[in-house]
Amino acid sequence: MTDEYVEGTVVPAPERRPVRNPAAPSERIALVDLLDRVLAGGVVVAGEVTLSVADVDLVTVSLRALVTSVSALAGPADGSAHSRADVREPGR
Amino acid sequence: MTEPRGLWVYAVTEQIPAGSLDQVAGVGGGQVRTVVADGLTAIAEDVPLEEFGEAALRRNLEDLAWLEETARAHHRVIDAVVRQSPVVPMRLATVYSGDASVAAMLAGRADDFRAALGRMSRRQEWGVKVYAAERAEANAAPAHGGTEDTGSGGKGAAYLRRRRDQLSAQQDARRELTVSAELVHGALSQLAVDSALHPPQAPQLTGTSAPMLLNAAYLLDEQRSEDFTAAVGALAKSHPALRLELTGPWPPYSFAGVEQEEEAW
Repeated sequence: MTDEYVEGTVVPAPERRPVRNPAAPSERIALVDLLDRVLAGGVVVAGEVTLSVADVDLVTVSLRALVTSVSALAGPADGSAHSRADVREPGR
Repeated sequence: MTEPRGLWVYAVTEQIPAGSLDQVAGVGGGQVRTVVADGLTAIAEDVPLEEFGEAALRRNLEDLAWLEETARAHHRVIDAVVRQSPVVPMRLATVYSGDASVAAMLAGRADDFRAALGRMSRRQEWGVKVYAAERAEANAAPAHGGTEDTGSGGKGAAYLRRRRDQLSAQQDARRELTVSAELVHGALSQLAVDSALHPPQAPQLTGTSAPMLLNAAYLLDEQRSEDFTAAVGALAKSHPALRLELTGPWPPYSFAGVEQEEEAW
């Protein structure tokens, strides 16, 4: 009953509930909300990991990528023509 | 194949029925599989280090298209697991050198993982973002200082007085919004087992000019999710100056910390 992912503004009326959207959940999730969680949440276990996550400020990295390409995000859904080079930043 | 490979780890769970992840595409497009040790199961995928090794990750994480695709795939797998069994999600980009190192990680942290899995059992994460409703911002300014404002000092002074009143009204409005958002957080926390605060998202990322006042996550007992949803609705009604956005249910990303127990409030 609560398996379907919900997203939306809560309408301030007592009997209204947020719309439960039956569409493919993963694709409906806002990328920002997902990045909040997968980049800053989750377990970090030091050890034999290939990339020591502590070495890289993933949140900063991703936000830089996001902010740099925010115009691409704001564009139409088919706006995949934006070059990936726009996202990359020099340095590091 | 001779290309060097690593093991991308999605999550740790107790056990998962064989074959239940056969249909789920992973970050590398390969088969998601398990590594079992010490009564725990890591959900993992063999990935080429050419794309998922350290140097490649540093580069790829700054490529938004790659990041989005990978984050969604990571989530897709974890979401598929959490429907079967409680999980402790791993942070994105956790890559091990092979089965032996993953097994060692499971064994080394077995007690922590078991405790965390116990905490996640029959619980879900929900997200609530609180914004200032646009109309509150717009109304704030004209609230004070009428046109009859003709004290000493002529027009210039009257203007400055009006301007000062406007500014302080805006400050008051903002303070009030902050207090309201804190009240919302307090009320929702009452229903939750735990809560965590993410930094508010920047307006460029939210697609709205309204400032985000709260970006919170709540860990709820499964059976409280209806109550919680209703509470969010009621709070939205009683705080018309705020706009509340509910997301979820999520796998318990914001509460998975095996090492840092109690730092979030």
